[in-house]
Amino acid sequence: MNFKKYIKIYSLFLYTSLASELEYKANVIIDFITAILSLIGSIFLLSIFFKSSESIGGWSFEQALIIQGIYTILNGITNTWLNPNLTEIVKHIREGTLDFVLIKPIDSQFYISLKKIAPSGFLEIILGFCLLCYCVVINQININFEFFLLCFTTLFCSIVILYSLWFLISTTTIWFVKTWNATEVLRSFLYIGRFPLNSFSFSLRIFFSIFIPIAFITTIPSEVFLGLAEIWEIFLEIIVSSIFLIFSRRFWLFALKYYTSASS
Amino acid sequence: MSNLNRNKLITLLKVQYSNMLEYRVEIALWAISGIIPFFMLNIWTNNNLNESINMSNIMLSRYFLSAFFVRQFSVVWVVFTFEEDALLGKISPYLIQPLNPFFRYFAQHIAEQITRLPFAIIIAIIFFLVNPESIWIPSLSIFLLSSISTFFSFLIQFLIQSIISCLCFWTEKASSIERLLFIPTLFLSGLLAPVISFPDYVKSWIYITPFPYLIDFPANLLAGNMTNVISGFIMQIFWILILFPLFKRIWFLGTKKYTAMGS
Repeated sequence: MNFKKYIKIYSLFLYTSLASELEYKANVIIDFITAILSLIGSIFLLSIFFKSSESIGGWSFEQALIIQGIYTILNGITNTWLNPNLTEIVKHIREGTLDFVLIKPIDSQFYISLKKIAPSGFLEIILGFCLLCYCVVINQININFEFFLLCFTTLFCSIVILYSLWFLISTTTIWFVKTWNATEVLRSFLYIGRFPLNSFSFSLRIFFSIFIPIAFITTIPSEVFLGLAEIWEIFLEIIVSSIFLIFSRRFWLFALKYYTSASS
Repeated sequence: MSNLNRNKLITLLKVQYSNMLEYRVEIALWAISGIIPFFMLNIWTNNNLNESINMSNIMLSRYFLSAFFVRQFSVVWVVFTFEEDALLGKISPYLIQPLNPFFRYFAQHIAEQITRLPFAIIIAIIFFLVNPESIWIPSLSIFLLSSISTFFSFLIQFLIQSIISCLCFWTEKASSIERLLFIPTLFLSGLLAPVISFPDYVKSWIYITPFPYLIDFPANLLAGNMTNVISGFIMQIFWILILFPLFKRIWFLGTKKYTAMGS
């Protein structure tokens, strides 16, 4: 793999998609307001839950805010990269334009996953980090090098799991052609990542650790943030995320064998 | 004349229904993606949060199941279809036809709801299998009243989104406004938490807005919880009467402004 070439191509992707997105400036501003309102809404919902109870699933309000912050960052990443690109796969396959992607002399997964960017998610990422900084203050967390290292490792692993989940589901389009709504199902499941896993009943907890690993996506990074995570949890997260990444890659290559071009 | 119009509508419905049947899997997935109320129910009951709002576990689970149903039959997506049609210039042929294109979208929504019904019932049956103690059969009058209020809720959302869609004539991309408006709808309509659990500073003004009448009111009605039926219906009709002339006005202005695109 020619690393330099890919960096150069990516900077070109960035330039073209930013230019086209900024055509609709009013849209970007409205999306910014949406991001702020959405965060206010979820903190409002959290405050309703904590109105009658000191802790939910063993998490206090201040600690639950961390989960909210990490969810906001991940949601921002979803809106910036995953959503605009991976919903495009459906369009590629329906209209037969995947052919043009496949004949390009670059990796098709790279092209499909990173072609577009939606700047409206940036604000969500910034808001999420601001909320996390506030959480550092109110939870009196000691910041040191180890803390940063572990936080960024687990957060990175969460992003990898999230990406793989989206990519896996989008790949199934090759067989089913029209699966806009499959990603909507994933989105609604991911929604519960806003709350501590322990606040759900046992059966749902099992479901969300094994089938859709939401536990790994927001809860473990939040525990790391609080310094509560066991070392085996971090290792498990790294292993799970690498399995997901490798599997999604394999699955894409496997699915391409079944691709029969449309309308051409 | 009215006979002709009725024929048009029935034909549209038939066409759209067979069109929607083509996408059964899609619609099933869409039905599944509406199960967030059940996750919320799980948080409420698992942490005994309902003690403070005087709702038993059974009442709360009925409420959230009803909220799921109301949401299933009041989902509106006209703005996304309209935006795509406007961007691709598909609106032009529709405008020539002697029928407002929104009738077409309206028929699409109704046909989609009919297709969705069996999937929603399957999800409800699964819910009852998991929570057998919450089974209830609403009386016929309650069922009819809540169906009407669900339809009104659908109508309010359809009108709001149609107004936003008409903004496409000016800005081309109007779906971001819809996404903005979806946030208060999500948090204030009662989909994630019943409105009575809201703090007082919100409850003091929320009943003037359309939001609680979108999900909370029909869901409480269907679940058999205490709710003010008359004032609920009055507010729903009030909002429909405000939004409908607004839509007609903006449609009139928009079509004048329309410049065909893509064709």
